[in-house]
Amino acid sequence: MSSAHSTRRDFLYIATGTVAAVGGAAVLVPLIAQMNPDASTIAAGAAIEVDLTPIAEGQVIKVFWRGKPIFVSHRTKKEIDEARSVNVATLPDPQSDQARVKPGKDQWLVLIGICTHLGCIPIAHQGDYDGFFCPCHGSQYDTSGRIRRGPAPANLPLPPYDFVSDSKIKIG
Amino acid sequence: MSGHSTYQPQSAFMKWMERRLPIAGLVYSSFIAYPTPRNLNYWWTFGGILSFMLVAQIITGVVLVMHYTPHADMAFNSVEHIMRDVNYGWLLRYLHSNGASMFFVAVYIHMFRGLYYGSYKEPREVLWILGVILYLLMMATGFLGYTLPWGQMSFWGATVITNFFSAIPGVGETVVTWLWGGFSVGNPTLQRFFSLHYLLPFVIAGVVVLHVWALHAVGQNNPAGIEPKTDKDVVAFTPYATSKDAFMMVAFCMVYAWFVFYTPNYLGHADNYIPANPAVTPAHIVPEWYYLPFYAILRAIPDKLFGVLAMVASIVVLAFLPWLDTSKVRSARYRPLYRQFFWVFVAVCLGLGWLGAKPAEGGYVLASRILTFYYFAHFLIILPILGKIEKTKPLPNSIADSVLSEGVPIGAPAPAPRAGASA
Repeated sequence: MSSAHSTRRDFLYIATGTVAAVGGAAVLVPLIAQMNPDASTIAAGAAIEVDLTPIAEGQVIKVFWRGKPIFVSHRTKKEIDEARSVNVATLPDPQSDQARVKPGKDQWLVLIGICTHLGCIPIAHQGDYDGFFCPCHGSQYDTSGRIRRGPAPANLPLPPYDFVSDSKIKIG
Repeated sequence: MSGHSTYQPQSAFMKWMERRLPIAGLVYSSFIAYPTPRNLNYWWTFGGILSFMLVAQIITGVVLVMHYTPHADMAFNSVEHIMRDVNYGWLLRYLHSNGASMFFVAVYIHMFRGLYYGSYKEPREVLWILGVILYLLMMATGFLGYTLPWGQMSFWGATVITNFFSAIPGVGETVVTWLWGGFSVGNPTLQRFFSLHYLLPFVIAGVVVLHVWALHAVGQNNPAGIEPKTDKDVVAFTPYATSKDAFMMVAFCMVYAWFVFYTPNYLGHADNYIPANPAVTPAHIVPEWYYLPFYAILRAIPDKLFGVLAMVASIVVLAFLPWLDTSKVRSARYRPLYRQFFWVFVAVCLGLGWLGAKPAEGGYVLASRILTFYYFAHFLIILPILGKIEKTKPLPNSIADSVLSEGVPIGAPAPAPRAGASA
């Protein structure tokens, strides 16, 4: 019954098991991958251009990119000063206001308007810090979109964007 | 128990069948001759009620699918189409949406009954853990179903719940994108949620089979919390348990029907009659009532990752209950201290539920934190210690003893009025 030598049967046993394991793993690939964003969803997520001319000072507009709301805020002098007068080290997610805008474009703040807590959309010009207030669980962001108080762990993220001219940005 | 007759097929056809597929014998031994403790009270009828609710949800659900369209652009209108155009569509939808709530009413009573009478203790640990799994599956199914009408609460509920997974360090965002099938909650999300909402009830049915199998392997617990020893301790499932279950089921259906016919939207949210709008979050997001205690725990913790972990832990801790409760005595009837802590725990759960519906600010947050602490302390501090220090009452010798010593046995004639008792 038992043999010190490996037999034909041992080989068949291990070979069958190996092929079944590799095959099983290979089948998982399409089953899992099909749930990731499909080609049409990715195509619809291409870059968009936003004209800044109609946005008045103090106004925040909302545009959609990849199904996410993007806040474009034309900040007032007061709002910029408020964002820059804070001691960065005291913030929950320390980041300077300068690092959150493009050089020389201090008045334009572009944010992904999704609360970093659980994904609700914060409301502009509300809360104790003049910035954004999330109605779901009470997170408060300042005029630079940085988290100041509440359960959210991080600042409002910045989308990838560039100025294509002085009055136009390209998001994505 | 011995002494209960086994199935004897009478007709030639049933004899022929029994040799080939002994299903009649299985039904007979499981639901007719099956011995049940003679002292079961009405709290033991909720297992049957839960089975009924599962079947009711599957039937109304399958019918609703014949008229529903799982697409982000059409789902909301197809639900309105069900309400306005489909024959009895309003009734079927209200039965299904209120049925979910009644399903949870029944499961909470069933769970608290298990907590009170120590139904999770040796040898019923696996039975209890299967129950915790069923409860988790019910929560998942209920959540997925609530997204299908694609109203404001559907959309934002789906956004908040799926974002729980973004708390996972490192891979959170990747996981959430994978769950959504996009860069935000959208049509791919709705379609997969619909598919899973249709699938999970059948998974639940499968686990229910395991739950009942485990139940029949260890036998039912009972209000005295002691095992049946002789035939005097048990009665046959039919007619005793069957008729008791049937009576309570009918009473339960009357409550269910009252909600369906008189206040069908009381347990829902008006916001879900507004079509989903990715640009506007409703001012006050709350989940369905049956998730509120866990929502309160989530919001009590001022940190995203730990809030989500606490919420998950508050359910997972139930699976460890058989080992956290160190008392050898099962039933709270014979545990005077545990009985008081049990009712405090019930009050804490109701309190958390109430707080879950309140805005997360000021005193509500503080109260949520205190009750959240107590919730975990009940399982992790009180129960382990209580079992060691509590002086329990003496257990009855047998189930028959416990019943017969507590007044008139069921079915006995009423005692004659004592002379001079009135006047």
